[in-house]
Amino acid sequence: MAPSADRSSGPQNGADELVRASAADLARRLTAGEVTSEDVVRAHLDRIAAVDGAPGDGRGVAAYLHVSGEEALATARDVDARRAAGEQLHALAGVPVAVKDVVVTRGTPTTAGSKILEGWVPPYDATLVERLRVAGMPVLGKTNMDEFAMGSSTEHSAYGPTRNPWDTSRTPGGSGGGSAAAVAAFEAPLAVGTDTGGSIRQPAAVTGSVGVKPTYGGISRYGLIAMASSLDQAGPCARSVLDAALLHEVMGGHDPRDATSLPDPVGPLAEAARSRDVRGMRVGVVRELTGEGFSAEVMASFRSAVDLLADAGAEVVEVSCPTFAHALDAYYLVMPSEASSNLARFDGMRFGLRVEPSEGPVTAERVMAATRGAGFGPEVKRRIILGTYALSAGYYDAYYGSAQKVRTLVQRDFAAAHEQADVLVSPTAPTTAFPLGSRLDDPLAMYAADIATIPANLAGVPGMSLPSGLAADGLPVGFQVMAPARADERLYRLGGALEALLEDRWGGPLLASAPALDTVPARPEVATA
Amino acid sequence: MPALSPDDVARLAALARIDLEPAELERLAGELDAVVAAVASVSSVVSDDVPATSHPLPLVDVYREDVVEPSLPAEDVLAGAPAAQDGRFLVPQILEED
Repeated sequence: MAPSADRSSGPQNGADELVRASAADLARRLTAGEVTSEDVVRAHLDRIAAVDGAPGDGRGVAAYLHVSGEEALATARDVDARRAAGEQLHALAGVPVAVKDVVVTRGTPTTAGSKILEGWVPPYDATLVERLRVAGMPVLGKTNMDEFAMGSSTEHSAYGPTRNPWDTSRTPGGSGGGSAAAVAAFEAPLAVGTDTGGSIRQPAAVTGSVGVKPTYGGISRYGLIAMASSLDQAGPCARSVLDAALLHEVMGGHDPRDATSLPDPVGPLAEAARSRDVRGMRVGVVRELTGEGFSAEVMASFRSAVDLLADAGAEVVEVSCPTFAHALDAYYLVMPSEASSNLARFDGMRFGLRVEPSEGPVTAERVMAATRGAGFGPEVKRRIILGTYALSAGYYDAYYGSAQKVRTLVQRDFAAAHEQADVLVSPTAPTTAFPLGSRLDDPLAMYAADIATIPANLAGVPGMSLPSGLAADGLPVGFQVMAPARADERLYRLGGALEALLEDRWGGPLLASAPALDTVPARPEVATA
Repeated sequence: MPALSPDDVARLAALARIDLEPAELERLAGELDAVVAAVASVSSVVSDDVPATSHPLPLVDVYREDVVEPSLPAEDVLAGAPAAQDGRFLVPQILEED
């Protein structure tokens, strides 16, 4: 179906054009002096004021938990002045970015979507934020998310859900629904996400945007509020494969402050995204991720995209990864186990909330229990208790130990599949965006949203989601690409080529056909920026 | 028979240092029972000869030079604490009195 530009929201003036431009295009025009960063940032703040509302107010996209208007404008003016003075700047200098609220930002409130951190202002920057600042990229604000990144719909945010820009009665996926919705609703050209079991890719799929989980260790975890340390990985959210590559290049590369950071420099990802050549590339369709449990509409869109790749000269084969069938189960043992340990730091002593017990002695241990009882939401409690159970004496070997062995089998499946294929492909999510509230009381149905994304986290390999089209319900479908560890450039090569083939068919980007959004009252800090 | 009763959840919550209301214990017992039943199959798909993977990539420990590097100013760190005094975190008593 062909997107029609005249369905877009807002007036067709310069500001609307600036929020719809790609990051690559903005970077070029900023460098050429055709536009200032201050204008670009103002246009985005105006867009946020018009359509975002705020989480919990029942209206708007609610992609942001906090908007840093003054700070973003100050960075923009600084970049503009340095550029005017002839200083040589980073290619993305002046291009704004939104950051998921699980990433700590010096001087800007960071809650990870939890009441237990309400009002906390971190005293330091995550390494990836430091790199955004060194590049001169204004940070527009912090995006909404499921509490501590635990969820697949952003409905577990303690501050209220984010809404899907394609249909505001539906979820934007999760946990990074805020970052995905921000780029899909033209409230930021780029955003940072984190992906522990699919939290970048699944929201990208259901919002028609692009999201990449790099190879584990490819972008520093220093300054990420940890959920499951052996799975957590930060990555880019964008509206195009090239834009994702540009942001990935800014954030990636070795960091001595993260012991699990890969020593390799980040590869030539933008170059791979621009190559648009898949001739001879071996594309493996994963049998276990293309059948039962995936909706017919999702499968039709997926098959059609695979056919396009074959027509363009890719060599399509089917591969089998039998242990992927157990990946979801293993994940729901490994992740809660690690989370139950990581979240022990929220003890009411050093940061965030402190609640005293309503009766009895006020000891540190009882304050900790009262603080966590009051400060954690239901999904966080569920996962901590599950992890505590999986790690407890008598169950450790059967649950946590077995799950770690499944991880080995999943890695072996990937290795065997890559003997036949350079990249592996599947739908990103089994369905299109589901309605708000529809899975909140059914944890297992919620967990199933990540069935296709979890294997990559267990094995540490990179994965990308990009849109493959609209289903009959008018909602976007995501196409997942996976590659061997440290071969992230293959994602961008295949993704860039597929995106170009699809956009030729559609007559433009898929997001250009997203419906107009209602204008809602702005939150106070945005209205005054 | 359910794997997890409300009493089991209460014991786990005590280990995890989370105060839960009786209604939460009931609810969590039902939900966690379903989750545990769903994920328990992992123990049947692996055999003893499969090694465990605790970390996705084979990285070895990397050490830095043993030299002092600047730390965050104490006042910046304490600014986010629920309570502080004399440049230190102020916490409730650690041990219960007899």
